[in-house]
Amino acid sequence: MNLLTITSEAVRALQANRLRTLLTMLGMIIGVAAVVLMLSIGQGAQTKINDAIASMGSNLLIVTPGATSAGGLRFGSGSIKTLTMQDAQAIAELSTVTASAPVVSGTAQLNYGANNWSTFLSGVTPDYFSISNWQIQAGEIFTESDLRAGARVTVLGAVSAKNLFGDEDPVGETIRIADRPFTVVGLLAAKGQALDGRDQDDRVLVPLTTAQRQILGNQFPGVVNFMLVQAASADSMEAAQQDITDLLRQRHRLFDGVENDFTVSNLTALASVASSAAKIMSWMLGAIASISLLVGGIGIMNIMLVSVTERTREIGIRMAIGANRRMILTQFLLEAMMICILGALIGILLGMGGAWLVSEIAGIQIVITLGMIILAVSFASIIGIFFGIYPARKASSLKPVEALHHE
Amino acid sequence: MNTPAVLSDQIDAANPTAIIRVENLCKSYYLDGANGKSVELRVLIDINFSITSGEFVAIMGHSGSGKSTLMNVLGCLDSPSSGHYWLGQQDVATLSNDALASVRNRQIGFVFQGFNLLRRMTALDNVAAPLLYAGISRKAARQRAMSLLEQTGLDSFAMHHPNQLSGGQQQRVAISRALVNQPQLILADEPTGNLDTQTSHEIMLLFDRLNRESGITIMIVTHEDDIAACASRLIRLKDGRIIEDAATRHRQNHAMAARQ
Repeated sequence: MNLLTITSEAVRALQANRLRTLLTMLGMIIGVAAVVLMLSIGQGAQTKINDAIASMGSNLLIVTPGATSAGGLRFGSGSIKTLTMQDAQAIAELSTVTASAPVVSGTAQLNYGANNWSTFLSGVTPDYFSISNWQIQAGEIFTESDLRAGARVTVLGAVSAKNLFGDEDPVGETIRIADRPFTVVGLLAAKGQALDGRDQDDRVLVPLTTAQRQILGNQFPGVVNFMLVQAASADSMEAAQQDITDLLRQRHRLFDGVENDFTVSNLTALASVASSAAKIMSWMLGAIASISLLVGGIGIMNIMLVSVTERTREIGIRMAIGANRRMILTQFLLEAMMICILGALIGILLGMGGAWLVSEIAGIQIVITLGMIILAVSFASIIGIFFGIYPARKASSLKPVEALHHE
Repeated sequence: MNTPAVLSDQIDAANPTAIIRVENLCKSYYLDGANGKSVELRVLIDINFSITSGEFVAIMGHSGSGKSTLMNVLGCLDSPSSGHYWLGQQDVATLSNDALASVRNRQIGFVFQGFNLLRRMTALDNVAAPLLYAGISRKAARQRAMSLLEQTGLDSFAMHHPNQLSGGQQQRVAISRALVNQPQLILADEPTGNLDTQTSHEIMLLFDRLNRESGITIMIVTHEDDIAACASRLIRLKDGRIIEDAATRHRQNHAMAARQ
């Protein structure tokens, strides 16, 4: 008996017992579909958080001015203006630092035609865009010469642009910021919400010098609100933190025992907390999924074992008319494999359909990876194939007369 | 295959065309007795006989006499505990499991009391199944199976499942299946045990015809005298031993009676 004939015998056996085939397949379908659905939700959440983290920029330190106290009354941090553009330039030259971006910030009223919009304004240097991982959707960012000249150029965030221009292309248009005309040179690609829920796209960016001199009317020229610093690598974050602290203490002439008049904090630490929370959720969903897989597996096992009596007699009959052990095992193996493959395919489709439905209804981001499909299919297949051929192995090692008289 | 010295020349000389030779065949089962000791149950004790090609042998005995066990051993469905069994020139004890499967497939047709059809397959596929295990294509196997169903008068029931057939029809399907690989030997274990008298006669007529017209050797286990009377030779078992082995005289008469 060749493989083709055995295969068609297996197909016939499956067709002949539709209910058993269906019930076995059902275990497979439920197990695989549940795993794909659960893991895709978990992966989706993790991806969303990772994207938000990546949108902040990588290996980021933030340097903020320190607190001051006057006559026992303590003001909050930033209450004195201790950080300057020169500090930022000095920090950028440290070996553990790639770049630094000083920022001045405030709010400003924007006008374009009949539209106006109040938004968050930042005065930044060209390095800011790469450090905080901003992509340009249209136009370009402003240049070093714009910065030196204090040019009236601006880059709009996606939400601000939408509010001023609707669906029009803002690049090249002139808007008014605090009643002064600015040329829009670029439009930022949308980033969405930050980890704290703030909309990162509702903003307007102008050269740092322009903001200081023409919009915010800063009382101390050269002073910045905070600065972003990008460390050379994830491993050098702590070294960079130390180097910045040492440098600023020296530059600010702080004697030993005097408190820092600035703070260097690690943004990545916040991100890793969020990331590990997402990971925990992902694992939890994975655990729920594995339970479904286990239940599905037990379902497969039960059906296979329950049909043992009937199948043992069948094996006895087949042996009595001339089937040898290999032929019987091959047939049963093929039957189990067909059930598993077909059930897995249906399960994958069902799981993907369910994931799609969840993403449509609940608006949750869904990520389906090959790994989770392979995991679900291989686990269910191992159970299905093992319990598919285990009874057949036992029965085919009996003498035909014993298999025939099996009760 | 070499003939061992134990085998007396007389058997060879007496039966030059012996299809079955059995010598000192014993079969024991071990049952769990009290105190965890196993108890030996001797089902067949020192069985000796030889069957010539073309014979029609009835094996009789009360229930528990070992006749079904003997059939299972002869049909290679079970193995003897000791003794020798030659099927044609092969010493069955030396054959591997795969070789035994091949013997069951090609050399022996087995007919059971309970028919033992594969209940989820059509009559045609049941009859064709041994041919598939012999490596014949499904198409050719079905053609041959169909011609056998025609011979046994069941061609119009070819696409029926066993549960749609009467007992007599099922047994004829089983006999067709036993014949499909053209074996020299048919072993039937109480083939009429589940059938009414009329159907039993029809089945026995079929065996009679196969024996007379095709020269197939037939061994049949029964406990009914009129069924045994179809045979040309009667072996009677009691408590695992042969107590009678003789030719019958009434075969012709019975066959004639059954035809009427």
